[in-house]
Amino acid sequence: MGAKYFGAAVRRREDPRFLRGEGRFVDDVALPGLLHAAFLRSPHAHARLVSIDAARARRLPGVAAVFSHADLARWMKPLPVFGATPPGLAAAVRFDVRHAPQWALCKDVARHVGEAVAMVVADSRARAEDAAEAIDVAWEPLPAVADMVSAGEAGAPLLHPEWATNVAVGFTHGIGDAERALAAADVVLEETFRIQRYVGMPLETRGVVAQWDRRDGTLTTWNSTQVSHFVQQGLVTALELPPHKIRVIAPDLGGGFGTKASGYPEDVLVPLAARALNRPVKWIEDRREHMMAAAHARHQTHTIRLGAHRDGTIVGLADRIWLDLGAYNVWGIVLPYNTVAHLIGPYRIRDMKVEVKGVVTNKTPNAPYRGAGRPETVFAMDRAVDCLARRLGMDPADIRRKNYIRADELPWEFGMPYRDGNPLVYDSGDFPAALESALGAADYDGFRREQASLRARGVWRGIGMSGYVEGTAIGPFEGAHLKLDLTGRVQVATGAVNSGQGHETAFAQVAADVLGVPLDWVTVTGGDTATVPFGVGTFASRSGVTAGNSIADAARIVRAKLVAAAATLLEAAPADVEIEDGKAFVRGAPGSAVELGKVVQASIPTFARPGVATPDFEASAYHHVPTVTYASAVHVAQVEVDPGTGYVRLLKYVVAHDCGKVINPTIVEGQVHGGVAQGVGGALFEEMAYDGEGQLLTGTLMDYLVPSATDLPPIDTVHLEYPSPRNPLGMKGLGEGGAISPPAAIANAIDDALAPLGVRITETPATPPRVLHAIETARP
Amino acid sequence: MKPAPFEYADPHTVEEAVTLLAAHGDDAKVLAGGQSLVPMLALRLARPSIVVDVNRVAGLDSITPSGTGVAVGALVRQRTLERWAADRLPLLTAALRHVGHAPIRTRGTVAGSVAHADPASELPALLLCLDGVVVAQSRRSTRTIAAAEFFQGPLMTALAPDELVTETRWKLPAAHAGWGFREMARRHGDFALVGVAVVLTLARGAVADARIALFGAAATPVRAGAAEQALRGQPPSESALAEAARLATTGLETVSDLHAPAAYRASVARTLTARALADAAARAKDAP
Repeated sequence: MGAKYFGAAVRRREDPRFLRGEGRFVDDVALPGLLHAAFLRSPHAHARLVSIDAARARRLPGVAAVFSHADLARWMKPLPVFGATPPGLAAAVRFDVRHAPQWALCKDVARHVGEAVAMVVADSRARAEDAAEAIDVAWEPLPAVADMVSAGEAGAPLLHPEWATNVAVGFTHGIGDAERALAAADVVLEETFRIQRYVGMPLETRGVVAQWDRRDGTLTTWNSTQVSHFVQQGLVTALELPPHKIRVIAPDLGGGFGTKASGYPEDVLVPLAARALNRPVKWIEDRREHMMAAAHARHQTHTIRLGAHRDGTIVGLADRIWLDLGAYNVWGIVLPYNTVAHLIGPYRIRDMKVEVKGVVTNKTPNAPYRGAGRPETVFAMDRAVDCLARRLGMDPADIRRKNYIRADELPWEFGMPYRDGNPLVYDSGDFPAALESALGAADYDGFRREQASLRARGVWRGIGMSGYVEGTAIGPFEGAHLKLDLTGRVQVATGAVNSGQGHETAFAQVAADVLGVPLDWVTVTGGDTATVPFGVGTFASRSGVTAGNSIADAARIVRAKLVAAAATLLEAAPADVEIEDGKAFVRGAPGSAVELGKVVQASIPTFARPGVATPDFEASAYHHVPTVTYASAVHVAQVEVDPGTGYVRLLKYVVAHDCGKVINPTIVEGQVHGGVAQGVGGALFEEMAYDGEGQLLTGTLMDYLVPSATDLPPIDTVHLEYPSPRNPLGMKGLGEGGAISPPAAIANAIDDALAPLGVRITETPATPPRVLHAIETARP
Repeated sequence: MKPAPFEYADPHTVEEAVTLLAAHGDDAKVLAGGQSLVPMLALRLARPSIVVDVNRVAGLDSITPSGTGVAVGALVRQRTLERWAADRLPLLTAALRHVGHAPIRTRGTVAGSVAHADPASELPALLLCLDGVVVAQSRRSTRTIAAAEFFQGPLMTALAPDELVTETRWKLPAAHAGWGFREMARRHGDFALVGVAVVLTLARGAVADARIALFGAAATPVRAGAAEQALRGQPPSESALAEAARLATTGLETVSDLHAPAAYRASVARTLTARALADAAARAKDAP
């Protein structure tokens, strides 16, 4: 394949429609006779549902139906759970995992504020909300569990009494002998770090439209989801229909970030209502619902011990980790084990042990969000490394220079499995090179020189860094289908859902190069189950690698078919036929060139002749991706802290990263920028706050503060391309990376700015009150 | 997030508007720019039986200078005043730039923000700082209410349910006065955690008049009377300003919420007051 488009900064082809306000989001689906759903949700963190009476609500004008759990009992099945432990992992780690059924509508006990209790369907959303208010519910409040550490201790109120504990995922794990290594260390740093609950917060909330066609018993549903095939599978179970009778379409998405990769009650309830009423039904999640009912994320506590020799060589690591999973264990071992598998990161550490407790609390259930355990674990590790450097009197850059795994040590084998059960082995990269690139781009030495003189003038500036190595592009496959039309133009369909990543551009670049056609001949669609029978979806930085390689595979098959047909048409040997720029020709005879459309047309039987080939210029591919590729980066943040107010201003941010072969640097930079923005949110702004009784305090975007463009610094991106040997295109995943390191890098920079005061940031977000408090209570 | 049902009226005259308010009293809510009311309706935190939309009321959208003051009609948008004040009352322009973002200020009205009386918003504190008054009209009377009496608590004012704010009146400081404005917000455009507006007038090297208004700190915007008093007659030295900042926050009953504890507000109120006073002193020129 010629690399004409792969690697080029092609402009995003999907942007014109977004820039013109012509995106096709789920709320843009308009159908005749559409009804609107609204939900009554639990106001309690933990309460028994004593009785529910919808008689008043049903009598209100415009109300078509009110459904409680009892009304839909025939169809109620527990919501799907994700993250089954793969055999390779189960063999290596003894997990203690507990699940409890989560119902689409509350059956007997509500376990978090926002849990769906009843669904109202009416002729307008406003009337549906009026009716939801008129449902009379009797609740018996139960004691709530809000703190993750005490939740796991004996005597805590239980969310799922049948477990006799709130620990949903418990395990210990280790490599080497951490205790012996720590005992032999000259210095052991111990600190507790807390990472708050913060979330993806896509601009477009979730939404579902469902249309039942009783003439042939088919359901079509538009769902703002990252995983249309998972939604389809959930509906197969819930509606008791075969998959081909259920078409799930993910239209344009205004962001996903993992928030839209979970299974949700409304995915099932809205289709059930459409079938029961034989009318199309729409539900668009409002922001208040999103805050309380869409998946939450992050929220961990780490008590970490890091041991080192006096020269800064890190020798051992032990970490006690608590994860607050919210009210249900939706994702099994995914978040806990991701946290563990990314704790060591780029450091040369052979002795590590962890003790992990994933606990349930009376909060909205958690799900993986951009980074999925990595920002938390990197925060704990890279903060501990900086604290250790301070203790040893070392520069934070130097301690990393000493301890980062060198390129010549790769592949680096951990001696433990990755989350997919396969051995955790770093495939390629150069972590010290990333460190030096990032420091160079941030002018680390110049910054240090200037820092002291600025401090003398009362200007408190600091610089901080953080690095990570990230398992990306989890398998096992993605589905792709590619076909040519009568003019040789190309339709590519994939199970990967474009939630803003630029799939319509990047995947067209891949297909156009392999086929040898102009880019604008290729149309890419994603997330429509009718176009690809088997798919996985977009999450875990996976679609570039998984869908990209499947599309390339399918394009190679179709190209071979084209070559064979063109050879017959041109009366040449297939080995002599070339395809370039949408034309097939005999090598060395450009005058023989025919448009691919002519090749297709010549293959279609006519009354006069059978065609030069069978016109099946199409192929499916399901490229097998057994394990992950390891992307890596080093981030450097420059901050200025106002010691009078605690306000942290970001001056500059640098990312030096490796995502293997880059399809499109513009898209990659956009991904990095978006990730950094969300990481900055975690570092300085965002927190989903609850009180001690499990009441959600952040109900609107006036309380939950997402950074806007004006809150972000200039971001420099340095691309380092170390191709992965694990897939033909040499790619690694990218989507999440930007969000991983900002909390650690920024907190390290704040510590650095305030180093003479002895400030130690142990908790995010580093809000002005927290920073000022840290200044006022610091001991130099 | 759809409002509960309500009636809607769009009077074209002040007379019609106040007649509606007289008829509905507490059950009515006045809609001007809608930047506070509409979200509260959507969240069903406000459930009026009638919304009186005054946007079509004639004669409320002008800015009228008068001697040493300016009268701002109730429908004047914040963005309009921000531009008008740029070379006449730069303190006001500086403060308005912290009110949300440009699209919000293009809709939001000056009087609406004053009448909403959020203790963390800028305009009420500015009105207090500049010794402004609110003109309130009802079928019974037209009266003026001094800013110092107007703000009574969080989202609570001296307005009666049947009264409509038709105008706010602001006093312009002397041309040679210096001003300072400092605000601490989590993000640009957010409500202030704490903020302060200051006007200093100097004569013969000493403070002739000081006005200090804090917002976001307490349940209402507050004037720092003791600090203003202490500054009068003093040269604006670093120590005098620091002492004034200390006095400005002594006894201040700061509030706690999700975003900041009371102690933070107290500490930062003092820091920002000192900085705003220094800014004002640097900008102030001696009386001609």
